[in-house]
This record gives sequence, structure tokens and C-alpha cells, in this order.
Amino acid sequence: MCYNNSINHPDKGCVEAIYTPMAQSVVLELKDITKSFDNVQVLKDIDLTVHEGEFVTLLGPSGCGKTTTLRIIAGLEFPDGGQVLLEGANMENTPPEKRNVNMVFQNYALFPHMNVQQNIGYGLKIKKVPKDEIRTRVEAALKLVQMEGFEKRMPAQMSGGQRQRVAIARAIVGNPKVLLLDEPLGALDLQLRRQMQLELKHLQKELGITFIYITHDQEEAINMSDRIVVMRNGTIEQAGTPDEVYNRPRTSFVAKFVGSANVLTGTVTAIKGDTATLSHGAGTMGCTLYGRSAKVGDEISLAIRGENIAIGRECTGGDCLMGIMAEKSFAGGMLRIVVRLSDGTEVVITRQGINFDYDLGETVLISWAASAASAVDEEAAE
Amino acid sequence: MKKNYWWTCVIPLYAFTLLFIAGPLIYMVAISFATNNPSGYGFHWALTAENFLKILDPVYLQCFVQSFQLALSTTVLTVLIGYPFGYFMGKLSRKGKKIMMFLIMVPFWTSSLIRLYGWLIILQAKGVFNGMLMGLGVISEPLKILYTYPAVLIGMVYALLPFMILAVYSSVDKMDWTLVEAARDLGASRTKAFLTITLKQTLPGLLSGVILTFVPSMGLFFIADLLGGNKIVLVGSLIQDQVTRGSNWPFAAALAVILTIMTTLMIFLYRKITGAKDLEGIF
Repeated sequence: MCYNNSINHPDKGCVEAIYTPMAQSVVLELKDITKSFDNVQVLKDIDLTVHEGEFVTLLGPSGCGKTTTLRIIAGLEFPDGGQVLLEGANMENTPPEKRNVNMVFQNYALFPHMNVQQNIGYGLKIKKVPKDEIRTRVEAALKLVQMEGFEKRMPAQMSGGQRQRVAIARAIVGNPKVLLLDEPLGALDLQLRRQMQLELKHLQKELGITFIYITHDQEEAINMSDRIVVMRNGTIEQAGTPDEVYNRPRTSFVAKFVGSANVLTGTVTAIKGDTATLSHGAGTMGCTLYGRSAKVGDEISLAIRGENIAIGRECTGGDCLMGIMAEKSFAGGMLRIVVRLSDGTEVVITRQGINFDYDLGETVLISWAASAASAVDEEAAE
Repeated sequence: MKKNYWWTCVIPLYAFTLLFIAGPLIYMVAISFATNNPSGYGFHWALTAENFLKILDPVYLQCFVQSFQLALSTTVLTVLIGYPFGYFMGKLSRKGKKIMMFLIMVPFWTSSLIRLYGWLIILQAKGVFNGMLMGLGVISEPLKILYTYPAVLIGMVYALLPFMILAVYSSVDKMDWTLVEAARDLGASRTKAFLTITLKQTLPGLLSGVILTFVPSMGLFFIADLLGGNKIVLVGSLIQDQVTRGSNWPFAAALAVILTIMTTLMIFLYRKITGAKDLEGIF
């Protein structure tokens, strides 16, 4: 017998049951996907496993290959190498119409010559669903996206936000296993985008459909996802929970792109457990290694976010870097301070509010707790 | 208050339309009610329906029927060739499109009459076409193509095909292909997606292509004259004949009026049936 929180593992006996999405069944697998367009490789060995009911976000700058990945899952593009497994079945020769996935297109792609009802019912009609059933299912889908009564509207008669909702309704009405969303909120204004983020998240919980969501907006990714897959130049830089990606970036790219963190490089002078002390031209600094192997004398990089950096006139904590107050600006309720270290590197520090009692040009010491900084892999040269 | 003189900009447009389009048309209608001067050139102003009654003669009615048949078969053939052509042209790369456009435009640099003489050379008994077939051993005797209905049809399709291609191409080129992807994603096969989405989206181009081929083919007469060897008399040839050789202007005008009315009616009917509201480039 095992305790409440444990499960009986055949080999290891009672082990603690931790809730992870991994415990659920795999719905989609990408194995070593490669793809080139005109001899330019856009995807290199993409491996990704997505579980039932998961909200996975592909995050990355434009041109990182996230849209191509989505199109390969949908079957609109075929990979040069590798496999797409949907519910365990190889999709190698399966055209898009035979895949149980649906896509919400970036420009919505509503059929201009059909009204809302015909747009949403399009897929059902092709599958020869009886007319009455189509009507009720379209109605239900419209209700889910809060667009009741819009059946007879033409796409041209609706606003961007309304078209967006219809596009989502059209994609979910056929009960796909996986819903693919290609920057669905990209064309909406900020306020509407925030609202739609929440609604989409609710919708996903309600339907229990796996969402694969594309965005280049890190806030959106953090707000909505169970898991974030950060992509760059056709490879996956890091995949993990928003917390992992934000607080424990694996590479300097992830640190900068997701957390807008500062990346500093130094030489290891001491290692104590999982914590390393580094010497830098402007002083010393600490970071957490998170299991990375490093030895004294190695040159490694660390990522530290602006809000975790303390500023003082004296070094109180132990590890400090010396620099000069170079810039100060106020935007969005945040004070943004730039400190230029003695070796010329600039460190961005952020503070809530406007009160700040250091003058430009003043020499300051900056420091942080080693637990707030994480060692990262330096990004490969482009 | 400053006065707005925007309408002065439109005056030239109206003046031009009145002078060169409405004027001649009214003149033509007026002549169609006049009487012919039997002794020779010219006509006398009158108000008689005699010219129109003359058209009811089976010989002339036959002309209209023949013209209509030829126009219809020409249009059908141009659609069958021109739509796929324009469709695939629209799917070419940017460079491919440019090259295609150039190739389509090149023939227009030569007079259409001269190009027709080219067809004459190709289709005649000892011409290129027969020579080729005989050389390949497909036939032993030269085929008689020139001065037959098929020859006229070939000439008509050849002359009007570019208009169909360009009309279709212009709407295929504007086509948003993500719509087709969306249709496929929602379960439509290639064919189904083409029929329900692509065809509907490119219909304006196809429909205007139909009008751009049908209307001129009702009036084109020199192709039938040259390649049909006067065996196929179209309304156009008849009108030309009445103006030049027969010098019966009132009758020619009456024929032209009927032809115009018929064509307009056809377009009207066609738009009613297809429900076309937005025709690419025309109306």
C-alpha cells in the first residue's frame, strides 16, 4: 500500500506522484523534423512531445521556424526528414484533410463568399453531417466564442475581433484532437488581445483540447501556456514551464528573449554545491549552476533580470560589480536604469516607481543573490 | 464659403462619352429608320420599320443564328483553355508570371490581320500543319481545314484567348491561397477545395472573361471571312457588306442595332443567371 500522494511503481515501489503533464497520454510527437526552403534550412531536428489537453506555446522571433512547425503538424507543409506522429499514427502520407487537427490562421482565412454559419459549418458539411446537426453544432460553437446571433453575417461585415472569434469557432466545431493557432491575436489591439488571451485560456480548459499556440510575445506565452517552447533559427532552445523558462533560462538567448535579462560572462573562481562565484572585470558575481558541470577557471555566462539587481554605494553582500550610472528613464510605471561597468558592459536594472536617489555619473556597486542568477549557455554564433 | 468646383473635372469625361459613344450610337439608331437611296450612295431620312422587317428574312436570321452559335462555341472553348491557363499562370513564381505575361503580349505587337494570314499558311492544304501530320505519317492525304467551320473556330479562339487568360489570371493572382489551405484543413480534398473555394473566388475573372470573349465574337467578321472563305456569313460580315458593297446604310444600321440589343440582352441575362455582381474590370 502506498500513501495518498504516492503511486505504486512496479520497479521502485512507492514513489511520490508529482503532477506533470507527462502523466497524460501523448497526443502529438515530432521526431527529428527537418525542413528547407530553397536550400535554406528553416527547421533542424525538431523534437517535441505534446500531451493531451496541454497548452503549448511556440515562442520565438519571426523567422525562427515556428509557423513552419505548425504548418507541418497541420499537413500544409511536409518535412524533408523526420516524423509527425498524431495519436501514435505516422502522418507521413496523410494530407491535411485527413488529420484530426484544425488551425486558426493568422489572417483568419474566413471564406469571404460564405456567411458565418456556412464558414463554421464548412467542415461538417464536407463530412456529410446532417443539416440539423450542423445547425445546432454551429450554434453551440458560436455560443462558446460569445457570438450568438451572428450566423447570417458575412466576414466583411465584422470587426477583426469578431472574425477572430468566428475563425476559432470554425476550427473547434469539428472537435479536433489538436488546435493549432498561428499568432491568432497578432492583428488585435492590446486591450482586446488581453481579453482574448483570457478567453482562449478558458476555452481551452473548457474543451480540454490540446492547443499549440504561436506567438512572438513573451508575456502572452507566459500568461497562457502550460509549456513554452522557445525557438530560434529552426531549433528548440528550451522547452519548459513558463516558470522554468523565465527563471531558469538554459541559454543566453532564452534569457534575453523571454526574461529580457542581462547576460554577463566571467571566470569561475569558486564552486560551492550548485553555486558558482565568478570574477568579472568589474568585480565578482554569483550564480546558480542548475546541474551544469563547471570547474574553476572555466569561462561561463549567467543571466540576471533587472528587477533582481540591487544598487548600493557600498558592497554589503559580498559579490559586487562596480559601475557608473549611465542612463535613467521612466516608462510604464517602471524606472529603467543603465549602469555601465568598468569594462564597458551595460547592465539594465528595473525598479517599480519613480523614486531613485542616485545621480547620473555616480559610481555605484551592483549585486544580486546567487540564487537569482542562472548559468546559461552562450548563444552559438549566427 | 468657397465654392466647390469638383464637377468641372468630370466635364471632359462626359463630353468625351457624349461625343464619341452616345453620339454615334444615336446616329446609328436614327439611320436604321431611314430609307436607302437605291440609285447609289447615301440615304434619305425617314421613319420606317422596313429595315427591321427585312431582317426577318430567313437568310438574314440565319446569319444571326450562325453568329450566335459561333460566339457560343468560341466562348466555351476559350473558357476550357483559358481558365486552366490563367489559373496555372497565377500560380507561377513572380518571374514566371512576368515571362508568361510577356509571351501573351508579344502577338499584340503585330497586326491581328497579319497574324491571321499566319493561320492561313499553317492551315492550308500544303501548309505547315498538314505537312507535319503527313510527315509523321498520321495522314496520307492533306486534311481540308482551311475554309471550314473548325478553321474559323480556331481563329476566333486564338484571337480571343488572351482576354480570357488575362481576366482569369488577374483574379487568380489576387486569390488568397490561405483560404484553400483553410478548406483543406477543415477536411476538403483538393478537388472539393477547388470547387468550393478557388472557383468561387476566381469567378469574377472567369465571368468577365466570358463577356470579354462573347461580346467581341458576336461582331468579329474578318476571321470568318479570311479563314471561312465566305462560307460562314456572320452578322458582322453582313453589316460590313451592306456598308461597303451593298451601300445600304439604313439596313446595315438596323442590323447593328439588333446586334447591339442582342448582345446587351445576353449580358443582362448572363448576369441574372450567374448572379455576378462584381465582374473583374468591367461594369
